Amino acid sequence: MSSAMLELILEATLDTLYMVALSGAVSALIGIPLGVLLYVTRPGQILAQPFAQRVLAIVTNIGRSIPFIILMVAIIPFTRLIVGSSIGTNAAVVPLIIAAIPFVARLVEGALNEIPPGLIEAAQAMGATPYQIITKVLLPEAKGGILNGLTITVVTLVSYSAMAGAVGGGGLGDLGIRYGYNRFDPLIMLITVAILVIMVQGFQSLGDHLVRKADHK
Amino acid sequence: MIKLEGVSKTYGAGPTAVHALKNIDLDVPQGAIHGVIGLSGAGKSTLIRCVNLLERPTSGRVIVDGQDLTRQDAEALRQSRHQLGMIFQHFNLLASRTVFDNVALPLELMGVSKSDIRERVEPLLDLTGLTDKARQYPAQLSGGQKQRVAIARALASRPKVLLCDEATSALDPQTTASILELLQDINRKLGLTILLITHEMEVVKSICHRVGLISDGELVEEADVGDFFTAPATRLGRDFLNAFLELEPPQALVERLEETAGPHTHPVVRLAFSGATVATPLISRLARDSGVDVSILQAKVESIQGRTLGLMIAELIGSPDTTSRALTQLEAHDINVEVLGHVQRDA
Repeated sequence: MSSAMLELILEATLDTLYMVALSGAVSALIGIPLGVLLYVTRPGQILAQPFAQRVLAIVTNIGRSIPFIILMVAIIPFTRLIVGSSIGTNAAVVPLIIAAIPFVARLVEGALNEIPPGLIEAAQAMGATPYQIITKVLLPEAKGGILNGLTITVVTLVSYSAMAGAVGGGGLGDLGIRYGYNRFDPLIMLITVAILVIMVQGFQSLGDHLVRKADHK
Repeated sequence: MIKLEGVSKTYGAGPTAVHALKNIDLDVPQGAIHGVIGLSGAGKSTLIRCVNLLERPTSGRVIVDGQDLTRQDAEALRQSRHQLGMIFQHFNLLASRTVFDNVALPLELMGVSKSDIRERVEPLLDLTGLTDKARQYPAQLSGGQKQRVAIARALASRPKVLLCDEATSALDPQTTASILELLQDINRKLGLTILLITHEMEVVKSICHRVGLISDGELVEEADVGDFFTAPATRLGRDFLNAFLELEPPQALVERLEETAGPHTHPVVRLAFSGATVATPLISRLARDSGVDVSILQAKVESIQGRTLGLMIAELIGSPDTTSRALTQLEAHDINVEVLGHVQRDA
């Protein structure tokens, strides 16, 4: 294999890591508060807003039901508005974030669901404000579950980012399609898949490690 | 210290409405340990949760230390809740926090500084016997230790009142005893007013000064614990007491019991006597003075809140005249007599 080829592979790997890291971080930043909001505005919860909650839940579900490949194409005008282009890794990050936000939000909501309601009640009995309940009880108690959700998200983003390659997004998916599929080079195909497998394994192990550290049950 | 005035709680409306509490009046003086006992579903939990407004009463007033909590806005209520510690059946500790940090939580919520938190948490860990567990997580503790953490946590804000929601129901008898001892200790040392709800007579017997009996959302009976154990005023009170004392007449006799006296029957009585009468040779004197024979079926002596309580189930064997004289004599000696029924002679 030529050194140019190796360079190509390295570049694609870094592109993938960049897309996953950036979209993972931004979707966590927005998705976690959204998941908390979905939880605390439920009927009977500390900031109950049943109607707003319903609307939010529907919007979240719509976001989750659109297939990524369609979403990616459908929001091209929006992507162009944000990053000024519809191709390249930065352009791929936008749909990745849009797709991951509702995903993270639902996983966070699920993690919060696992908290025994008695804990919220105990905090209320201590005179905690809703904000204190979120920061001192809900988030710390759901930390393990949230980290687990983020791990799943990152792994999903690895495969989504490969899909982004289909529309000129760069990264390992792009490389695999252009060289492995279009030029029918089984070695490149094998290498890109192997790197993706290793990446997913790595993220999963890291996630599991963090979850174990957060969990005192 | 705690005053409930006409507190009612209704869930839902119309014909399907559930009246969990009906017009409850309760007055717990400063420094008292007040128990409320009842079967599950009677409204105990709703009652105690109305005191710190975890449940907002549908009507009525909740007054704690002179403040009407039902009229306070959210912020004032949060401040008032610092005066009301609460512990729960399932402890409700934060799994993500160490013992120390669990106890520190209410202080963090109040905005107490880090150094002051340390100063206030350590004596509490000492009081509850948890000093060597400070760095452990709740998952590493036994049920009794968890409840001790919960008690320390409830005391951290220096409340005037401690609410105990079935605090010992998830614990084994030995652990229950040690937790009750701790609560009593706190009551004495800190002068803390304690309101507890329970379905266990043991809890009432061990530490309560007064007891209320709740049934179907109503407070049907209230008495000093000694009086309640001597002579419960209601059927439900007697059922609770008899089940607790395991003081039931033998099954074979129960089957023969008749409600009304006949010419050839003699009474079966439940006698409860407390204080000085326990020490007197009551039965032999009764037999000598009234001429009845006394057949003791069950007897037991209990110590409740420092008072000795004697309980007995006996048949009084004699003519209708002599047995009725015996009953009068017993009552004259300040003995609580309950006629359980009558059995046929020579049956």
